[in-house]
Amino acid sequence: MILVDTLIQGILLGGLYALFAAGLSLVFGVMRLVNLAHGDLIALAAFVILSIGTALNLSPFVAVILAFPIMFAVGWGLQTCLLNHVLGDDILPPLLVTFGLSVVIQNGLLEIFTADSQKLTAGAIEVQSLALGPITVGVTPLLTFVSSVLVIFALNQIFYRTRLGRAFRATSDDSETVGLMGIRPNNVFAVATGIAMVAATIAALYLGIRANFDPSIGPARLLYAFEAVIIGGLGSLWGTLAGGVIIGVAQALGASINPEWQILSGHIAFVVVLLVRPRGLFPRSKD
Amino acid sequence: MTEPLLSTHGLKAHYGDFQALFGVDIDIKQGETIAIIGANGAGKSTLMRAITGLLKNEPDAIKLRGESIGDLSAPEVLERGISMVPEGRRLFPSLTVEENLLIGAHTRTGNGVWNLASVYEVVPVLKDRRDHPGTALSGGQQQMVAIGRALMSNPDLLLCDELSLGLAPVVIKEIYASFPTIKERGASVVVVEQDIGQAMKVADRVFCMMEGRVTLEGTPEELSREEIHNAYFGVSA
Repeated sequence: MILVDTLIQGILLGGLYALFAAGLSLVFGVMRLVNLAHGDLIALAAFVILSIGTALNLSPFVAVILAFPIMFAVGWGLQTCLLNHVLGDDILPPLLVTFGLSVVIQNGLLEIFTADSQKLTAGAIEVQSLALGPITVGVTPLLTFVSSVLVIFALNQIFYRTRLGRAFRATSDDSETVGLMGIRPNNVFAVATGIAMVAATIAALYLGIRANFDPSIGPARLLYAFEAVIIGGLGSLWGTLAGGVIIGVAQALGASINPEWQILSGHIAFVVVLLVRPRGLFPRSKD
Repeated sequence: MTEPLLSTHGLKAHYGDFQALFGVDIDIKQGETIAIIGANGAGKSTLMRAITGLLKNEPDAIKLRGESIGDLSAPEVLERGISMVPEGRRLFPSLTVEENLLIGAHTRTGNGVWNLASVYEVVPVLKDRRDHPGTALSGGQQQMVAIGRALMSNPDLLLCDELSLGLAPVVIKEIYASFPTIKERGASVVVVEQDIGQAMKVADRVFCMMEGRVTLEGTPEELSREEIHNAYFGVSA
């Protein structure tokens, strides 16, 4: 029973990692951009939720709704004013620019919010649990996992069932030919990054409720997100969920053997998957 | 004299330091089909790319109904009613046949007769295979998807770049069989072809290009085999 409990805790934790990764996966799927500032943008979103919640005395679950349009605008603006100018055949400029952006965001947050740890206070829900037969699960981890499934489902629906998603996929396939269809790739990229930032804001909500955060947490979140995307297969949204769950389960199993092995176990699982399936578990055929 | 639908005036085009077009002058009248023929490297596809906005130019180098469009982007050119079937078809691999058609009308649907139903009416096989990936079809069917995609915006001017490239003669014949229907429904057409015989069959006028210049112009009836040979290869027959 302990093993089943460990597996369930791992799966639920994987939901959080999938949320970290969802926006990264979308952006990569649309414009083949690896955003090294993604983790820091999650941290920024957490501070935005915190600031709104504090200023208006709102629950984080309400504050996050107000944070959505702000973070969408941040993503849209970043893509329009910065990232669109460095996208091209050479993958190095976007990597360097997003690395620089990561440094700027971290230092900006440090300047504004100091290095003190912060937390989003959601009230009783943080400690509530649910008995599922002999297993007890926390309400917040369960909510995190359900949210991750819903976010991935929603992104998948947008990507494969909507007019916007059609433009995403076509632009990803051939950014020159879409111009002949009247589509402006830079606008498509800006909307994709805006949506990715909305997903990052949901990740930030659960991150901030689950644990303390400070301006320096971004790079570690990026690492988990990156591993989840790679394990799942570049550009595959459901694969990203699977990748997050694999890291979560590996960490939970590692921690059950020795708490010091928790983080290492997730990284080992990442390396093992890469050795067996170098293109990830569910790669998009074109990648 | 009526104003041409589209005209180019001393059109030049460059790829970096390499000049591909050297002052091209052509004009296309409303409802007309013209063919642009020439050997590889003659500048035919570059001319198409310049007209569609994929290569920027001087504003006055290209005029559509008298409006200067030489410096417009590809989406802006499409909005004004020019669409293109690009060389090599360039269907979107991630999209199904139907999605490839629908994306042709993503930003412009026009006021014409072309929509999903009318494209399927002209090419019924596409309806049968609408849920297949566009790139999973045969070469000829892919070409019909590319033509349908370009028609979905109901263009006033349809540019077709190397339709017959890599296709069997029987397939080429089937593709060109759809042209009378396209013309009947109002679009002017520019066909870029290496297949001279096919070009002469469909065109009202023919322009021959060599090394980035127009070397011959006339109706198929006016032009002799020897004139075309000279203009095409730059040598005497």
